[in-house]
Amino acid sequence: MDNLLEIKDLQISFQTFFGEVEAVRGVSFNVGKKETVAVVGESGCGKSVTANAIMQLLQVPPAYYKGGEIIFEGENLLDKSEKEMQEIRGKEIAMVFQDPMTSLNPTMRVGPQIVEGYRKHVKMTKAEAEQKAIEMLEIVSVPQAEERVKQYPHEFSGGMRQRVMIALAMVSNPKLLIADEPTTALDVTVQAQILDLMKELQDKHDMSIMLITHDLGVVADTSDRIVVMYAGQIVETGTTDEIFNNPKHPYTKRLLESVPRPNMTKDQPLQSIEGTPPDLYAPPEGCAFYDRCVDSLKICQHHMPDATSHSKTHQSSCWLNHPMAQKQGKEG
Amino acid sequence: MFKYIVKRIGMAIITLWAIITITFILMNAVPGDPIRTESKMPPEVYENLKEKYGLNKPYHEQYLIYLGNIARGDFGESMKSNTQTVNQMIGSGFPVSAYLGFQALLVALCFGPVLGVIASLNQNKWPDYFSMVIAIIGISVPSFVLGTVLIQFVAAKSGGLLPVAGWRSFRHTILPTIALAMSPLAFIARLMRSSMLEVLNQDYIKTAKSKGLSRGVVIVKHAIRNAILPIISVLGTITTNLVVGSFVVEKIFAIPGLGMYFVSSITSRDYPIIMGTTVFYALVLIVMLLIVDIAYVLIDPRINIMKEEG
Repeated sequence: MDNLLEIKDLQISFQTFFGEVEAVRGVSFNVGKKETVAVVGESGCGKSVTANAIMQLLQVPPAYYKGGEIIFEGENLLDKSEKEMQEIRGKEIAMVFQDPMTSLNPTMRVGPQIVEGYRKHVKMTKAEAEQKAIEMLEIVSVPQAEERVKQYPHEFSGGMRQRVMIALAMVSNPKLLIADEPTTALDVTVQAQILDLMKELQDKHDMSIMLITHDLGVVADTSDRIVVMYAGQIVETGTTDEIFNNPKHPYTKRLLESVPRPNMTKDQPLQSIEGTPPDLYAPPEGCAFYDRCVDSLKICQHHMPDATSHSKTHQSSCWLNHPMAQKQGKEG
Repeated sequence: MFKYIVKRIGMAIITLWAIITITFILMNAVPGDPIRTESKMPPEVYENLKEKYGLNKPYHEQYLIYLGNIARGDFGESMKSNTQTVNQMIGSGFPVSAYLGFQALLVALCFGPVLGVIASLNQNKWPDYFSMVIAIIGISVPSFVLGTVLIQFVAAKSGGLLPVAGWRSFRHTILPTIALAMSPLAFIARLMRSSMLEVLNQDYIKTAKSKGLSRGVVIVKHAIRNAILPIISVLGTITTNLVVGSFVVEKIFAIPGLGMYFVSSITSRDYPIIMGTTVFYALVLIVMLLIVDIAYVLIDPRINIMKEEG
């Protein structure tokens, strides 16, 4: 599969009053054509920063790119000027944000908001633009699209607003859709509808999706591959099947355990991962998960593990998967 | 909309009645009266004058007579200058003050938001510091200082181009307009800056950027329209303060406006003028606030005044 997007050793820091925060520490992964890649991790692990970096939407400063490349269709986006990026945003790569309640301009009618980006590239009259907006709303299954385009965002429910956001992102037929927690702010029943809609549009338009979420339940049906991030690094990556059925990194295992299951009884407590992620002002020299890991070894504290390959598509970064560790067990 | 306006007029009448009542009580609670000031006068003359103006009647009777007169639109006549009624005074002073006030408002509205936007887009850089220094000077330098400085260093050196004082031509209005506009201009600039900074951090600005829109379009179409809302809401008070006249600026530039009556009527206990100017001020304020509320609906679609009617 050809890669549409290749992120190579991306490093991003934020300069703050208290010092440097290393938000993304050497992240590398690919998104293939027509592929859905889920980036999973808890809050503050750097997944949103990575997504915003692809779109070059980070405020520089305080953010700055310390190293790495973001290759989109063979060109490094980090070398692009703001003017060049404006041609890519919305047209080649589009983004759907987390909170549909605040992501639409409250004082602008929905129709113009949808086609605003499109009209930059395609000259059209006002009437044609409205027709296009109606068409887009129909594609994302908003009923009574003809009246709805003239309404303001506050007249839409959360789920309907997220549909508007998707219509807005899809209007120029982007090659890559970045969905930054698109269902987090929505009801569970609406979540499934939005994910189905994205899947449907992907099949129709041969688009790649980068789905960012902290909810493993969301990714199971929707994604081809999963990238698990922790403290600004990738700890495990593999196909959805590999991650769910054969997780190799303790963090991935604990994440999967903490997903509530329908067959749980009332007395069974919900699982959680004790502790908090490390402070990225001063990232630990060893494995970032060391403090919270129940299976940690001595070596974990001071030495960063290398990636171990379990299959062509499945890699994890954990000393437990090292051939030596597996032989020696916990004494190592 | 019509129903809403009728309802607001009803509320305005109640508000005005409350203001009249409170002013009447306060006015009579303050020691002194309009007739006995500094000059000595025989007790007989004093009593006669009191009777002429109805001040010898019990307070509640005075109050009812006064309410009745106001209801007929008669604010009475000045107790100090026998030649002028309060209505005449407002009639001659208000157009002057209003002209000057609207001109100052125009200046404040042209430059205030622009300064604020420039400052917010260059946060913590020199254009920001520059704009905010202007704003702080505008807020902290009182108009009587600014007025005299303008007379001393601008009017006096302009060779008659900008007159020192008086009210005859457009040139006469320039300096008082600046003196009057500076404070609201600075206030609006600061408000606009903080409002813009807040809006620029909103998610929908990021959405706008993610569509590939240029910085200019994002700022004009998405940021400013939302950031201007707080300015609209303070505009009612600012406009009222400007158009009913400023005592200080009108005094310094010898402008025959309404502003001076506010202060002079109180020091001389000129009851009808105190009441007249207060009620007039309240009336202008109420009208302005109504206009602002209607303007708000036109700009912010989320606000629906009809809903209040239940």
